[in-house]
Order: sequence, then structure tokens, then C-alpha cells
Amino acid sequence: MAITFEKVNFSYGAGTTLAHAILHDVTVNMPSGQVTAIVGQTGSGKSTLVQHINGLLKPTQGRVVVDDFELTARTKEKQLMQLRQKVGIVFQFPENQLFANSVLEDVMYAPLNFGADKVAAQAAAETALRRVGVAEALWQKSPFELSGGQMRRVAMAGTLASDPSVVVLDEPAAGLDPKGQAELLQLVLELKSLGKTVVFISHHMDHVVAVADQVVVMHDGRVVAKDTPAVLFNRDLDWFKKMKLDLPKAGQFAEKLTAAGMKLPERPLTLTQLATAINTEVGHE
Amino acid sequence: MNNIMIGRFVPGDSFIHRLDPRTKMIGTFLYILVMLWANSWASYAWTAIFVLGLIRLTGQPFKLYWDGLKPIFWLILFTVVLQLAFTPGTPVLYRLGPVVITTPGLINAIYVMIRFVLIILMSTILTLTTPPTSIANALEMLLGPLKKIKVPVAELALMLSIALRFVPLLMDETQKIMNAQKSRGMGFSTGGPVKRAKAIIPLLIPLFVGALQRALDLANAMEVRGFRDAVQRTKYRVLHYEKNDGLAFAGLFVFVVVFVVTKRLF
Repeated sequence: MAITFEKVNFSYGAGTTLAHAILHDVTVNMPSGQVTAIVGQTGSGKSTLVQHINGLLKPTQGRVVVDDFELTARTKEKQLMQLRQKVGIVFQFPENQLFANSVLEDVMYAPLNFGADKVAAQAAAETALRRVGVAEALWQKSPFELSGGQMRRVAMAGTLASDPSVVVLDEPAAGLDPKGQAELLQLVLELKSLGKTVVFISHHMDHVVAVADQVVVMHDGRVVAKDTPAVLFNRDLDWFKKMKLDLPKAGQFAEKLTAAGMKLPERPLTLTQLATAINTEVGHE
Repeated sequence: MNNIMIGRFVPGDSFIHRLDPRTKMIGTFLYILVMLWANSWASYAWTAIFVLGLIRLTGQPFKLYWDGLKPIFWLILFTVVLQLAFTPGTPVLYRLGPVVITTPGLINAIYVMIRFVLIILMSTILTLTTPPTSIANALEMLLGPLKKIKVPVAELALMLSIALRFVPLLMDETQKIMNAQKSRGMGFSTGGPVKRAKAIIPLLIPLFVGALQRALDLANAMEVRGFRDAVQRTKYRVLHYEKNDGLAFAGLFVFVVVFVVTKRLF
């Protein structure tokens, strides 16, 4: 399902003296079935942007179109249910949303809300729990007895259980160990292979390079760039400084090599690319 | 969530802002105490004029105070209806089964409403112009004498300032959890009261769990920094009365005198 933002403006407290503009004239589209990463420094409006995708926030001006659903300032609260069924959002530290007596019950919450009966909801919950890798032995336990990493998985299953066509992840890797991060990226790719549109916010450029088809860069409430990772991360170094963005680790290392006098054809984005570039360069001499 | 006004502090540099928090606190309590003695239109009018004058002095738009009143609108309405419906007396204005509306009932209802509104306005003046920490500080100093009879005043003040500090945090947390559950399809609860109460469980449980977790974290953080209770502490900000406070007390005195006059004469 494609997501399109058309001239979206958003401000908190619109119409009052305390109005505070967050998004300015955002026009961007996130293609169906692809992984779109949203990057930008803290306070650039990333979270505000994604909260428009399922109508938690409504644009003050402009419109957001998700598949055939149009969200504007006038969209009624009742219609949003339909949108939220299509779009699942996993928030930062989603383990804070757990509430039920058992893991299974918690994950069944979303499908039940969206009208599934008990049997269907349980089946959906089981599928989701398997997908995120929560062992069956834990399903009847209280979610509060689990470890932090397991709680995170259960919470993610809680969003995936309603089988949304669009999955939005707001810094899902924050606070995970390297193994957990790798598994998370695997999950993103798996969701993509299931045909889902994935939008994810990240500060971690290596994660972006690993899974994203498109990168949207936000700065001061505006979309300042949208490119494939390969094109974006080959921009001028000064631009990254201005946007307060990092390069992927391999790119940072390559910059050091360049500064030390080594010539590389283009900026490598992954360790493999870096190794190849160095080998080619060293082989030349 | 951002529009909840109870206890919100709005910085400023008005006469009221600059008063010592103790002055404001004593003034608020005195005012409320005196106001409860009002029994005539004239005395209510005077107490209302006094509060409106103070609001002018704070230099804040009246809308802020109005927003402070809104959350308790239903409470006011409820009390007013109770007064209206269940005050006996004559003459009877209207009768519907057991419900009898009488003239004294009507007057009582209006008095109660005025009292409610004035008390809220007055306490909003206090909280709107005084940072929460100053309120806690003032309370500690005002209750200081109670230490002699072993009341843990310092601890109570600390509890108060921690509680006040947690209000915006918990608001924030509530908003986040609400967003998460809305995304999972938490909708408008329809149905009976039991069903509705059940519908907010997904909101309350995470909120309680989060609050307890925060409290434990804070307790640990305080402990590793060597916090102990029941020790004499010095203050970073020492409160002292200034000339303006003298003026304020004089103003309060005038208020009380005029109040007594209105009560006696009208």
C-alpha cells in the first residue's frame, strides 16, 4: 500500500496563540511493498510525520493518502478505525504498551479490536508471536515476567497480529543488543517479502543501508532529501554535517582513508563494499 | 493532554509572580476561609471583584483561568443540581415528583456555584504564578513549627515536590500509551459502564507499571547519591519577605475589612 503526503502542514494547538508548527509543506511518497527509512536529527519531525500515517495526528493542512484512504483535517475520528487496521505502528520502547494477564491475550488485543472473533484472533496472535520469535513456552506467562528483549518482541507481535499492510517502526532497535538488532533487521526484510510496506525511523545509518529501499531525510520539519541509500550516502560530506547525520560505519572509515591519501572510486556503504574497494585500490599499485 | 491546566505554572514577571510563595499561600488560604463566610450578594460580589482584580494583576489572559475551570465543570454542575433539587423551604417554584425546586434552593445553588468558581480561580492564581518547587518550599517553611511535635515536614514537602514533578511526566506517558493502544484499535467505548471501565484497562495498567518503575528508579538514584531522611538540610533558595509582601498583606487586610463591612451592612 502506497503512502502519499501532499503538502502536509502540521502544528500543535493550531488556531490558538500557542500554535507551534512542526511539519512544513511535506510532500513525499512511500512506495508500496518497499522499505522506506526516515532519518534526521532529534526534533526534526520524524515521529510527527509517521503519526500521520495512521491518523493519530491529522494534518492541519494538506492530505495524507494511504491506499484509498484520505486523511485530512476534517477526517472523522470514527473513520480512523479503518485506517488503523491497515497501518500498524510500533512505537519507541513498545514494551510500555503491555497490559494483559498473558502474552497471548496481549497480542490478541489488536485483532479483537478490529473485529476478529476469539478463534481467529488467537490464530493471528500465534502467527505473529512465531514471526517475532517468542517461544511457545512463554505464551501463557504474564508479559511482565519476561526479559526486556522478549517484552519488545511481544509488543511488536501485538502490532503485527492485526496483519497490517503498512508497518511503521519508530526506532525499533533502540536499547537492543547487537543480536537483537540483527534479528530486527531480519524481521523488517521478512515483512517486506510478505508484501508489506515498511516505514522505519532510525538513527542508525548501518541499519538504513542494510534494509532500506528509500531514505527520506527530515530537517526542521521539512523533507530535504529522498533517495536510494546508494545515491544519498554518496552526497557531499558537508551536507551530512549540516543535516547532523552520520555516515554508515564503512563510509566513515572510507572518509578517513581518503583523508590519509587513499583514492576510492565511490563511498562504500557496507563492510563488503569497503573491503572490495580497498582490495581494488591496493591491487592497482 | 496538553490542555490540562490544573497546577500548571506560567512564568511571568507580574507583581503576583514576584511575591514570596508563602505570602501567596497564606493569602490563598485566608481568602478561601473568609470567602466561606460570605452570605449575601454584596459579600459575594466583593470577593469576586477581589479575585478578578488579582487576575488582572497577574498579567495573564483570562482564558488561562477559564481553561482551569473547564475540567471541573461537571463537578460544579453536579453540586449545583444537588443543591437545586434537595433544598427544602418555601416558596416552591417547581415540583416534579420528589424533586422540589424552592427559592432558597435556587439561591443556595447559585451561591455554591460562585464559591466553587472563586475557590478554583484563587488557587489557579497561586499555581499559575508559582513554580511547583516554590510551593513545596513554602509549605515546608510554613509547616516548620510542626517539626517540634515530630511531624516529618521536610519529608512531606519532598513528597509533594516529587509528586508535582511527576505530573508532566505521567501526562506524557499517558499520551504515549494512548497512542500505542489507539494504534492497536482501542476505540470509542460503547456499551454499559462495566464495558467502558474495562476499555481503559489497557491504558491504566501500563501507566501504573510505568509509574512504579519510575518511582523505583528515582528511589535508587536518590539512594546512591546518599539521600537519607530525617536529617537537617540547608536550602539552595532561601525564602525571604520583601516590601511587596508587606503591600500584599496590607491588601489582604483591606480585603477582610471591606468583607466584614459588606457582611454587616448589606
